[in-house]
Amino acid sequence: MASIGIVSAQAMHFADPLPLQGGASIAGYTLMYETYGTLNADKSNAVLVCHALNASHHVAGVYADEPNNVGWWDNMVGPGKSLDTDRFFVIGINNLGSCFGSTGPMHTNPATGKPYGADFPVVTVEDWVNAQARLIEALGITQLAAVMGGSLGGMQALAWSTLYPDWLRHCIVIASTDKLSTQNIAFNDVARQAILTDPDFHGGDFYAHGVVPKRGLRVARMIGHITYLSNDAMAEKFGRELRSGEYHYDFGIDFEIESYLRYQGDKFSEYFDANTYLLITKALDYFDPAAAHDGDLTRALAGTKAKFLLASFTTDWRFSPECSRNIVQALIKNRRDVSYAEIDAPHGHDAFLLEDERYHRLIAAYYDRIWQDLGRKA
Amino acid sequence: MTPQESATLRADLAFIANWVKQGAHVLDVGCGDGAMLAHLQAAKHCTGYGIEIEDDRVLASTKNGINVIQHDMNSGLGLFPDGAFDTVLCLSALQMMENVEGVLKDIARVGGEAIVSFPNFAFWTHRLSLLCGRMPVSKSLPYEWYDTPNLRCATIGDFSELANHVGLRVLDCVALKDGKPVHFLPNLRGSLAVFRLGK
Repeated sequence: MASIGIVSAQAMHFADPLPLQGGASIAGYTLMYETYGTLNADKSNAVLVCHALNASHHVAGVYADEPNNVGWWDNMVGPGKSLDTDRFFVIGINNLGSCFGSTGPMHTNPATGKPYGADFPVVTVEDWVNAQARLIEALGITQLAAVMGGSLGGMQALAWSTLYPDWLRHCIVIASTDKLSTQNIAFNDVARQAILTDPDFHGGDFYAHGVVPKRGLRVARMIGHITYLSNDAMAEKFGRELRSGEYHYDFGIDFEIESYLRYQGDKFSEYFDANTYLLITKALDYFDPAAAHDGDLTRALAGTKAKFLLASFTTDWRFSPECSRNIVQALIKNRRDVSYAEIDAPHGHDAFLLEDERYHRLIAAYYDRIWQDLGRKA
Repeated sequence: MTPQESATLRADLAFIANWVKQGAHVLDVGCGDGAMLAHLQAAKHCTGYGIEIEDDRVLASTKNGINVIQHDMNSGLGLFPDGAFDTVLCLSALQMMENVEGVLKDIARVGGEAIVSFPNFAFWTHRLSLLCGRMPVSKSLPYEWYDTPNLRCATIGDFSELANHVGLRVLDCVALKDGKPVHFLPNLRGSLAVFRLGK
């Protein structure tokens, strides 16, 4: 199916300080965003797509000057695709603290005149959603047809449903969770430690030293990557294949999987910011909407008004189906409209970004419903 | 023919729909393509959820506009709290379950009332087949013995016993043939058994 083609990013500046959950606030900030499709006259067909760890506002299409820079969910979003840009006005927003143009740790701290570095305040999923809401408001949209996200993006969609219950009609949460497992937090901390202990990190002020903690970023990415794939998917793709057909009896690259992970790590360390990685993994760790309700997720979701679709993937051990079922259970207790699909896909957590016919057909069918709802509303 | 392929609601479902109260909160265990719940939502302002395990049916249910939860019924109804539903439907699905007794107990737990239907193994053509030494294959049991998803074969008489055993009272019991109630010799002449059960 055709891509949406050439797209361009926009920036929106916010002069009012944004108070953050951690107690700090950001004085003034810029959010990068992209939109696809056309906002209809009554502004009812807007869909916000929230991004996960290493993605951005660049959800679909390519840039005129970067024809190979394809949006991270291009297989999902576009004309005639599951999230059909011929029907919906799709918005991607780059979150605060990111390294793709929105205000982040590499930008100048107005208080010091130097890059924020490690002083960039820790932001939470809720902070991101508050920032997104300001942008949505500035676009003149009072109610989104849907908020959708996978993984960390799914957490944002869920947070939208609790923080801004009247602002969205549908909430689509894919391969996500209401809180990370202990094991997930542990993985995140290993990744953070890799960055924090890299001598080139300089306590987060590596910009001033003209270096990048690439070794830390590389290891962080390698760890992440392992957890995004299923054991089977990895075994099938790489097995015990050797790079050059024989053991080298040294600590270089013997196995294909080593080569692959190192390549992924190298690539990542070229473009991703170390402080951003720290911030985003913390946002993941902190998310737990039930915490303010004595751990009772049912109560945490009691104020929601949206209709929900949740989807998980059977081989996803990082955001397992059980996590999604917990959310489904809490929504059922609240008698919310909720559908849930457990997709038997072999790819692990990464499946939410891949093309899988059953998965994409289901999302398309759900967007048909959203579209029909819009028609009835009009 | 699946209900989705037919323009109107299948006759047996239309009959059963009469037993569901206006505005009831309904759980449809083994909801298939969701046609029944879609009908109850549209015609009787019911709310609720369908449960399905098959991908194709989850998709069809989504297209039919119902809330569908992809879930293996054999692992129980733990997602649903006690007494959450006015009515629990389990239509032409019970016979495919491994743990019929467990599922039935769970149905009793989550619902105020249950409506259960299943192919009546004591239907006369089935009896005739067995008399001739062959496993029955009919409109209500459309499978060969080697490819049938139906693990449990029961008759109207058998089921009442199990219902009582799990603490459910039989409020109504009707045998349907082509979606119409059979009053004379129901266990012989009805191909689909339909029970309305209460606590």
